[in-house]
Amino acid sequence: MSIALSIIYLIATITFIVGLKKLGHPETAKSGNLIAAGGMGLSIVGTIFIHDLEVPTFIYVLIGVAILLGSIIGWLIAIKVEMTKMPELVSLFNGFGGASAALIGFVEFSKQVDESLQAITIIAGIIIGAITFSGSLIAWGKLNGSLKSVVKIPQHNLVNNLFFILILAFAGYTVFTGVQSPIITYSLLAGGLIYGILFVLPIGGADMPVVISLLNSLTGIAAAITGVLYDSMVMLVGGILVGAAGIILTVAMCKAMNRTLGSVIFGNFGGGVVPVEGVNKALGSITRTTASDAAIMMNYATNVIIVPGYGLAVAQAQHVIHELEELLAGKGVNVKYAIHPVAGRMPGHMNVLLAESNVEYNMLMEMDDINPQFSNADVVLVVGANDVVNPAAHNDPASPIYGMPILDVENAKHIIVNKRSMKAGYAGIENELFYNTKTAMLFGDAKAALTDLVTEIKNM
Amino acid sequence: MNEILEFISSNLQMIYIIILSVFVGIEVIKSIPAVLHTPLMSGANALSGVVIIGAILVMLHSDPSNYVSLVLGFVAVVLGILNVVGGFTVTNRMLDMFKKKK
Repeated sequence: MSIALSIIYLIATITFIVGLKKLGHPETAKSGNLIAAGGMGLSIVGTIFIHDLEVPTFIYVLIGVAILLGSIIGWLIAIKVEMTKMPELVSLFNGFGGASAALIGFVEFSKQVDESLQAITIIAGIIIGAITFSGSLIAWGKLNGSLKSVVKIPQHNLVNNLFFILILAFAGYTVFTGVQSPIITYSLLAGGLIYGILFVLPIGGADMPVVISLLNSLTGIAAAITGVLYDSMVMLVGGILVGAAGIILTVAMCKAMNRTLGSVIFGNFGGGVVPVEGVNKALGSITRTTASDAAIMMNYATNVIIVPGYGLAVAQAQHVIHELEELLAGKGVNVKYAIHPVAGRMPGHMNVLLAESNVEYNMLMEMDDINPQFSNADVVLVVGANDVVNPAAHNDPASPIYGMPILDVENAKHIIVNKRSMKAGYAGIENELFYNTKTAMLFGDAKAALTDLVTEIKNM
Repeated sequence: MNEILEFISSNLQMIYIIILSVFVGIEVIKSIPAVLHTPLMSGANALSGVVIIGAILVMLHSDPSNYVSLVLGFVAVVLGILNVVGGFTVTNRMLDMFKKKK
C-alpha cells in the first residue's frame, strides 16, 4: 500500500473518532457528523485512485456508476423520508451495510483461500453480514407496519440457539477442513439470512430500538472483520468503533427500560404477547371527556405537562402540539414536555420530532428531572403514550414491564389521555392509568384531537 | 496450543488495535444525553458503511472476465454507499432540527 493511501486512511480513522466524539454533544454534533463524512469520502476516493493495480477503464466506470447510483438513491431516501419514519430508515440503511459485507465475503470465498485467518474472517463476514441484512429488514418491516402479524415460533429460544450452534459448527468445520465449494458459500449465506430472521421475528415491537442498535453494532463488527481480511486499518478501527459504541448504546437503552440485553433477546416481552382477554382484573370503568372540557381544564391550569408518545409520531401531530403549547404559554400556563427515554420507537425519537416543530430545547424534560414535578401538575396531557406511563411498572410484579422506570403521571391532579382507542400499547398489556378516577380519556387521532383542543382554547 | 500462540504473535499488532479501539469506542460514547441517542445511532450506522472500501477493493482486484465477482462487487458498492450517504444525510437532517431553535 502506498504511503499516500496509508496517510489518507490514518486521517480518516482520526476523523471517525473525533466525529463520533463530537456527535455526543449537542453543540458539536453537526460538525462531528460532517467531519466523519469527510473522512469517509476521502478514504473512498483514495481507495479508488491510489493503488498500483492494472485496472481496465470499464471497471473504473462501473465503480463510478455504482457510487453515483447508490449516492443518489441514498440521498433521495434520506431527504424525502418523514421524521417519524426515522427508526425504520436507520434499520434499512444498516441492512444495506450488512448486505455489502456479506457480498464481499461471498466474492472472496470464491477465490483461493489459503490461510485459516483469511477463511475465518471471510466466513464470519458472510454470516454476520447476512444476519444483519435479514435482521434489519425484519426490524424495518416491523417498525413500518408491513409485518404486522405476530409470528410466534414454538420454542423459539431453543430453535434459535440450536440453529446458531449449527451455523457455528458448520463454519468451524469449513475452516478446519479448508474445503471450498459454492455449496458451502451458499449454505453459510443462507444460514446467516435465516438466523437473522429467526432472531428478530419473535422480538417485540417495544424492544425494537434495542434490536436496531444491536444490529447496528453487528454491522460495525462485520466491517471490522472485512478490515482484517484486507489488512485495512480504517475499516478495522471504524468497524470496531461502531461495534463498541453500538453495544454501549444498546446497554443504555436496555437500562432505560430496566431490562437486560439477555431478556430482550431471549425474553418473550412484547412480540409474542397477545393481550389476553379475561386476565384483566376488575379495572373499573373509564371516563370520557370532550375537547371543550379538556380545553377548559388546561386553560385554567397553572402547570401543564405534556407526555408525548408514539401516537404523536404516527399522527404527525408534532406541529399541532407545539401550537397548543405556545397557545397555553401565551395564556400564562406553565407548560413542559416530559420525555421518557424510550418514548416512541427509538431513544430520542420524541426529541427529534419535537425539535422538528421548533419546540424549545429547554422545555423538554428528561424523566428523572420531571418525575418529582408531576405532583405539582394540574393537568397532564398524555398524547399517544401508553407503556411508558403504565403504573403496573411500579405496582404489579406480574406485569412484563414491572421494574421499568416510568413517568409518574398518576401523581398529577388531573390526567387527560389522548388515544385512538382502548387498544393495548406495544407491550400488549392493559394500563390501569386509564381507569384511574383522575383520568379522562380523549379518544381520537392525536392530530385531530389536538387541533380541536387548539380551536377550543382559541375561542375562550 | 502452539498454533494459538503463533497466531497471537503473528497478529499482535492487530490484536492491540482491536483492544484499544474497543476502549476508544466505549469512552467516546459514554454519558451521551438521551436526546442524541437517535442521531448518534444514525451517525454510527453511517460509519459502519466503511465496508464500502472492501467492496471497492473487490471490484479493483476483480478479474475483468469474472462477471460474477464484478456484479456482486457492483451491488456491494451500491449498498455500501447507500449506507454511507443515506446515513450521513439523515443524521445531518436530524441535527439540523436541533440547531434551528435560537
